Amino acid sequence: MFDALSDKLNSVFKQLKGQGKLSEKNIADGLRAVRMALLEADVHYQVVKRLVADIKERALGQEVMGSLTPGQQVVKIVNESLTRLMGDTHEGLNLAGEKPVAVMLVGLQGSGKTTTAGKLAVLLRKEGKQPYLVPADIYRPAAIDQLKKVGGQLGVPVFDSTPEMNPVDICQQARVAAHKAGCDTLVLDTAGRLHIDEELMGELARIRTALKPTDILLVADAMTGQDAVNIAKSFDERLDIGGVVLSKMDGDARGGAALSIRSITGKPIKFIGVGEKLSDLEAFHPDRMASRILGMGDVLTMIEKA
Amino acid sequence: SKTRRILTTDIDELFLGKKIVDDDMIEDLEELLITSDMGVQTTMDIMERISGKRSRIAGAGELKRVLKEEILAYFDALPEPVPEAAAKPHVVMVVGVNGVGKTTTIGKLAAHESKKGRKVLIAAADTFRAAAIEQISIWAERAGAEIVRHKDNADPAAVAYDGIEAAISRGADTVYVDTAGRLHTKVNLMEEIKKIQRTLSKRLPDAPHEVLLVLDATTGQNALSQAKMFNEALGITGIALTKLDGTAKGGIVVSICSELNIPLKYIGVGEGVEDLQPFDPKQFVEALF
Ligand SMILES: Nc1nc2c(ncn2[C@@H]2O[C@H](COP(=O)(O)OP(=O)(O)OP(=O)(O)O)[C@@H](O)[C@H]2O)c(=O)[nH]1
Ligand SMILES: Nc1nc2c(ncn2[C@@H]2O[C@H](COP(=O)(O)OP(=O)(O)OP(=O)(O)O)[C@@H](O)[C@H]2O)c(=O)[nH]1
Ligand SMILES: [Mg+2]
Ligand SMILES: [Mg+2]
Repeated sequence: MFDALSDKLNSVFKQLKGQGKLSEKNIADGLRAVRMALLEADVHYQVVKRLVADIKERALGQEVMGSLTPGQQVVKIVNESLTRLMGDTHEGLNLAGEKPVAVMLVGLQGSGKTTTAGKLAVLLRKEGKQPYLVPADIYRPAAIDQLKKVGGQLGVPVFDSTPEMNPVDICQQARVAAHKAGCDTLVLDTAGRLHIDEELMGELARIRTALKPTDILLVADAMTGQDAVNIAKSFDERLDIGGVVLSKMDGDARGGAALSIRSITGKPIKFIGVGEKLSDLEAFHPDRMASRILGMGDVLTMIEKA
Repeated sequence: SKTRRILTTDIDELFLGKKIVDDDMIEDLEELLITSDMGVQTTMDIMERISGKRSRIAGAGELKRVLKEEILAYFDALPEPVPEAAAKPHVVMVVGVNGVGKTTTIGKLAAHESKKGRKVLIAAADTFRAAAIEQISIWAERAGAEIVRHKDNADPAAVAYDGIEAAISRGADTVYVDTAGRLHTKVNLMEEIKKIQRTLSKRLPDAPHEVLLVLDATTGQNALSQAKMFNEALGITGIALTKLDGTAKGGIVVSICSELNIPLKYIGVGEGVEDLQPFDPKQFVEALF
């Protein structure tokens, strides 16, 4: 597939350089290559469709820069719009509120919530906060143990929940306990659930009402395919999320889900997970993500030099 | 919106008020295939074949039939899955990237085997992830299976070796080896899992009899890269596709199975012990449309 794509791009970029304006005709191949690249990167079909139409509209009539072919210039325009679409600045956690505040992690099964809870504790501590971890997953076998071990490794206090307790009660009692322990920021680790699971989505809504978290982060796997739009839309509609953590970015996934999620919810991607270690959390960089999704590293370097 | 519509509709609706396959319909079909994670190349291949037959397709029923046939063909001529009781002990190593459902799938499989009266042993060879051993221990108990476990951070190959050793001495019928999730791109972790495999065959020459790759249906095109690299490292004998109880279709398995010539054995449809089914291509294709 990648070979087919670069072959295609090469032929696109063989067109004559410079001179004249971008026209319907001289950008067609470039647009087609971009469309393929985005779909291959798992950007949602409808998002791609909208993007390609926007880009076409914006490109038409532009003067072709001296050193670029029309195809290259299209890629340049795409890269710029993707970067802009994903947000220009890095947004951190929202922690503004009466202490102790709560940050809530939600998402599908296995997306990386519990690990991210530990990573956020590391980050919070670095920022001079006193984090308090709250295991509110009573369903998955040993989920509570997992967060307790993570907290133990870090020396961060963890609420002593048990699977017999109710998740809403766990969170409420944890807030009292955190306050007593002199902690200012709760990190709520919730059970993985499907976005179509009415009962469990209702549970999240009840935790939200009870705790009023200052930030709710959807933890989504960077390898997610076309379903990312449905997942993000459902969690956002139900909970009005504050942002997204894109986990497992240390692999070779192109991460088109980032673009799908961003364009369907308008919510910022705040962090990326880049490994299993608790220090493996990084700020999100829209420009890096854009070129990763486009997967045209060589072309982009060439264009930047132009 | 269009997105909603296409996901909740089927081909009948595409044909509403139309008698022939027109360009709009072809585009809608393309969307249907892409949004089920079938991938650009496979979608283009299928579309091309459908387009060729376009004039002969009259009506929704016929289009559906042709489409299903086209996709089913990808599952044709795959090797037969490894039979479950060919050797004693029958050793199954379960592998895959992080969080796809390896441990849960072992729990379900073990329960199923136990129920049939077979003696099952699980080797808890994920010694890395926090509380992975506790998690698989709970599943072993649920399943009525025995477990061999070491301490956190112990050598996973040593756990695997002890597992197979215990299985032989206790006369177990089946051994499942739970391994830590790892991204296929991490060279040292892939070396580690190769070592687990080598260790198993050192104790029992034909083992592992099955290397089961677990894929998450929510995953998009990256699943192909996962399958290729795990297959290169270990020689995958079967695939389990989990989390099909959501809205993701898992269409990428179509090209994975045919390209790598590996059978899809099981599908996961929930978190409960009963939520595992043998893969049925016809049912899978039905669920796509
Ligand atoms: N490589 C890599 N692995 C990760 C990352 N984040 C999490 N993981 C791994 O992904 C797997 C699942 O992570 P968890 O934190 O248990 O996920 P979860 O969302 O809490 O899962 P459930 O509670 O079962 O829904 C584990 O093996 C983690 O080590 C990441 O950024 N990179
Ligand atoms: N909805 C649904 N959830 C599933 C399915 N299979 C597994 N899960 C859930 O997915 C999450 C991850 O499952 P695990 O079995 O821990 O995955 P794993 O591959 O062993 O994870 P690591 O060992 O951390 O790499 C858990 O919350 C499971 O309950 C399935 O078929 N459907
Ligand atoms: Mg968890
Ligand atoms: Mg596991």
